[in-house]
Order: sequence, then structure tokens, then C-alpha cells
Amino acid sequence: MTRLEARFAQLRASGRKALIPYVTAGDPQKETTVPLMHAMVAAGADIIELGVPFSDPMADGPMIQRAAERALAHGTSIHDVLAMVREFRQQDGVTPVVLMGYLNPIEVMGYERFARAAAQAGVDGVITVDLPPEEAADLLREFAHHQLAPVFLIAPTTPPDRVQTICAQARGFVYYVSMKGVTGASHLDYASIAEKIQLIRRYTDLPVGVGFGIKDVQTAAGAAANADAVVVGSAVVQRVEDNKDDSARILTAVAEFLRTLAPALKNVN
Amino acid sequence: MASDRIPDQDWQHYQQPDARGHFGPYGGRFVGETLMAPLLELTAAYERYRNDPQFQQELDRDLAHYVGRPSPLYCAERWSRILGGARIYLKREDLNHTGAHKVNNTVGQALLAKRMGKTRIIAETGAGQHGVASATVAARLGLECVVYMGAEDIQRQMINVYRMRLLGATVVPVTSGSRTLKDALNEAMRDWVTNVDDTFYIIGTVAGPHPYPAMVRDFQAVIGREVRTQIMAFEQRLPDALVACVGGGSNAMGLFYPFIGDTEVKMYGVEAAGHGLASGQHAAPLCAGKPGVLHGNRTYLMEDDNGQIIETHSVSAGLDYPGVGPEHAWLKDTGRVNYVAINDDEALQAFHDLTRLEGIIPALESSHALAYGAKLARQLGADQCIVINLSGRGDKDIHTVAAREGIKI
Repeated sequence: MTRLEARFAQLRASGRKALIPYVTAGDPQKETTVPLMHAMVAAGADIIELGVPFSDPMADGPMIQRAAERALAHGTSIHDVLAMVREFRQQDGVTPVVLMGYLNPIEVMGYERFARAAAQAGVDGVITVDLPPEEAADLLREFAHHQLAPVFLIAPTTPPDRVQTICAQARGFVYYVSMKGVTGASHLDYASIAEKIQLIRRYTDLPVGVGFGIKDVQTAAGAAANADAVVVGSAVVQRVEDNKDDSARILTAVAEFLRTLAPALKNVN
Repeated sequence: MASDRIPDQDWQHYQQPDARGHFGPYGGRFVGETLMAPLLELTAAYERYRNDPQFQQELDRDLAHYVGRPSPLYCAERWSRILGGARIYLKREDLNHTGAHKVNNTVGQALLAKRMGKTRIIAETGAGQHGVASATVAARLGLECVVYMGAEDIQRQMINVYRMRLLGATVVPVTSGSRTLKDALNEAMRDWVTNVDDTFYIIGTVAGPHPYPAMVRDFQAVIGREVRTQIMAFEQRLPDALVACVGGGSNAMGLFYPFIGDTEVKMYGVEAAGHGLASGQHAAPLCAGKPGVLHGNRTYLMEDDNGQIIETHSVSAGLDYPGVGPEHAWLKDTGRVNYVAINDDEALQAFHDLTRLEGIIPALESSHALAYGAKLARQLGADQCIVINLSGRGDKDIHTVAAREGIKI
């Protein structure tokens, strides 16, 4: 059983939904990230989504763009990100870590080399925002070889036949993008989220996470109603940005915020 | 991704891209899932209308009566004589409505947008030519138009910014990243992903996810088709060489594409060497970059060892882009087109030469093609002829040129 499977099984047994906070690795400093990951776990994070900074984050709103700019300002590379996961794993062998980023850093590193290094570092899954399944065959082969879960996004615009194709390729969990837009936007339509999740469940038994636009206990509860996990990104990064000159305060501010979300994810159904 | 062993190509039957938009290993569709359905919808619409005689008729009528095509092929006799080599012909895309080749594509995409029932146009722009060409067609069709432009480029191209506003477009300054064309493209993509239902994204060059590289090429190929006919009238044969500047590469693809099967016609794509290729401050991914994935396609990029896109430099805003159309990447690897680079100073010299010797003020982008064309013409004999794509006029650049020369206007 992989770490992701074990975590979702455990959550299901206790009637809870997964809380998946997102932070950009290296934001605001490289040294902040590993302590922040531990602090998030202590505050209730079930899975950690760790952003690999990229110079041209086309799918991200201003909040996560700025996080990437801060991380790149002192040169956080994909190698640094893997080193952070390796360091995190020295103390935490159970919390799944899923990387989220864009294809080019992986492309330049080389698919085989990246997959091997990520698996060795203790990464469990990878979301490659700009890699649809049609272009993913070569990378998926390497992921399969190294037991890395390719986590695919499904969008409000995705028609049923594509949902089926994507679900057939996905491992770990499926990530439903709650709205048309970039990360950090608002206006969740819970009815349409529920409808789409039902469609997804017709094609897969994998857990379904919902992300984009979840920023407080109400939106988390609304999104969690039909899902197995909620991803909270920009709202976490906001706490990092607000305290970017003081690492200790970042840890407490993010932890406090995550604790406020926990009730939204207990016994929702 | 560039393979060392590329099989010989059958250029007479060149048929690229494949159904999913691949030119060899390049191209494709590398976008977030939200954009996949709209791209498939666009691909289907384009495939339908490109073979629809009514659509083609309407397009031809607009190109003739609105754009002013065919654009002349002009023999630059005085400049050719002074250079002392081949006869140089200039394809006068600068004489199109709005002053550049960009409008060939925006007219086509706007007709498509209308057929698809979209009510809102968005575009990215570097030098502002594509923004102006998009605002122009939007005004004519009564569509809302939003143009994303790097804050840095807005400073360099105030005249075009004002033109767009006069035409009723909203120009949104982009302050992220390097504040130039690549960041404008990111921002336009973010707009599109948010407003996919009613919005048509008019990409201005032969880059981006499929079908854009093929579609923009097809709309621009009118340039090369006209040149084939026009040069036969002058020379009773095809030219020895074609020369065009390459930023994203749409004017070059438009000129080259109808000649790909004619292997006796040599082709030169001219990138911006900025302060020189050795300086690292340039915009020449084909000459000095590596393959990677950006803005929806796999192509040559200016990137660092960690896959981050690096800042480019060129005196010409329209060439200041770290990527290039994927078909150019393939034409480079196969050797069908030669890619070369011209630095800022050489381009400026060509700008002045053409202005003083032929009475034509060229765009700084096109001046890169002119500078290389002049070098090439000197190496060739008086019995040979070349065609340089004069892709745009230089009125928009006079402030840049004056400032470089310490003149305040």
C-alpha cells in the first residue's frame, strides 16, 4: 500500500476528509519550507502539496505567482525541492507529499532522472499542471517504474469522454479544479462541483480532491461535502506572504489557519 | 528532445503538424486541463472552416478590400546596386492596413471567432503591432477587446498603446516576471482560462498550443503564395533565397511555408542577437537555446539549467521573446531553414540604410531580416535574387531609434 493509499484508507475509516495545504517550496526562504511542512502536519494537514517554483506559472493567480517569484529570487531549483522532501522524510515517514508544478523543470532535468530522484527523496505523487494525458505517455512510464502517482486535474470544462481518459491514467487521487480560472479566484458553485464529482466517480474509485477557491471554513466545508479531500493553496500562501520577514510567525500563522479548517472536514457526510 | 539522427524529409510532400499538433518532437498541447476542451473546440472549428469555401471567400474579400492585399513585391534596385550582389526584393507587408503582417492573421481569427459565436477578443502583444491588429478587427466586428502588454513594452511603444485605446481596446499592463511579451502571454492565458465561455484568444504568432501554430501559419501563408506569383512575373523563376526575422516566427512561416517543397530555394530565419550571442543578452532561442516546454508547446527556449525561462534582450520589442514557434524548431533540426542572428547595432544600421536609400522606414523587427539579407546579397552574384520579408513599418520605432541616438523628439 502506498503512503497515499494508506492515508486515504485511514481517513475513510475515521470519517474524515483530507486537508491538503499547498505551499511553494523556497517561499520566502529555502530554510522555511521543511519546518513549515512539519508545522502544517502538526496542525492537521493530511497530505502536503509542495509547489515547484516556475518562472511562468500560467495557471496561477497573483498570490502563487508572487510566491514563485520570491522562491526564484534566491534560486530555488527542482533539486532544492527534492532535497527539502528528503529532509522532511527524516522525521515524517507517513504524510504523503505531492509535488505541483509545470513541465519544463522536469523536462530539462530529464524524465527518468526526475522520477528516480523524486521517488528516492520520498515524493508520493506529482501534479504537472501543463501536461494533459495526451502528452504524458513518456513521463507516465517513468512514474510507473518508480511508483510515483501522476495526479491529474479535471476541470469544469472537461467533457465526460475526457474525464474517462484522465481517470484511466490517474493514480493516487484525482484533483477536481472547482472553477474556470486561476488559483486563488473566488465564486464556488457547489452544485456544479457536486455534479462533476458524481461524474468522476462513475469512472474511478480513486479519491477525489477539490481545489481552487477554498479559503475558509465555509468554502472548505462546501467543497468537502462531496469530495474526499480539499486543497487550500492561495489562502495558505497569503499567510506566508503576510509574515514573509519572520519565519517563526509564518509557522504559527499557517498552523492557526489550518486548525480553523479542521472542523469543516470531520464527519461531513 | 532534439534527435541527432533525423531521417531525410520528403519536402515535396511536407505535411506538418500531425493531428495533435506535433512538428516532429515539437509543438503539441501543453496547457492546464481547463483549456483542453476549448482548444479541441477551436481545432474542430478551424478544420471545418479552413475547408469551407464561404469562409475562404469572406477571408479573401477582407484581405483584398480591408487589408489591401496583395501587398507589393518591390525590387530595391538602389540598395541592391550599392551592396553589389544579388537583386533584393522586398515583400511589402509594411503597406498592409495597420502597418504589419499581423493583420493577415487577426482578420482570419476574428472571422473564426464570429463563426464560433464568441463576443470577446483577447490578445497579447509585444511591440504592439498584434495588439493594434487585434483591436482593429475587434472594432470592425463590434467585439470587446482586451490586450495584455508588458509594462516594459508599454513604455517602449506608447504610440501603439494609444492606437489600441483609440480603437476601443482595453490595454492591460502586465507587471509580473520580466514585464514583456512572455508575461503578456501568461496573463492572456489566465484571462482565457477564466473567461473561456465567451472569449476568443487571438494568439499573434505561430506559437502556443495546437492549433495555433498551424492556424496562424495558414493565415500568414498568403505572404508566400503572393511572392511565388509575383517573383515569377519579375524573374520568371523562384528566388534563390528567402529571408525573414523570427521572434515567434509568424511572418517567417508565412513567407517560407509555400516554398518548403522547393528545396532549391534557401531560407534564412533571422533571430535577434541583442548585445551579441556571446553576451547572453539576446532573444535567439534557435541559435543559442535548448528545447523545452513553454506557453503550450515544446520548442527551443531561452532557459537556465533548472528549466526556468530567462530574460531576453532585443532592441525590438517584437522579437523580445524567449520561445519560438515549434515548426521553426523542426525546420531547424531538419536543416530545411538556416537560423542566424543579427545584433541590435546591425539591425539599426539596416534601418537607416533602407530609410535613406529606398525611402522606406522599416520596423526594427524587419530590420534584422534586412541586415542579414544585405550580408547574404553581398555573397551572391548579380544573376541571383532574394526576397526579404519587410514585415512591418517603422513609425512605431522612431522614438526608440531617436532615444538610442540621444535625440529627443
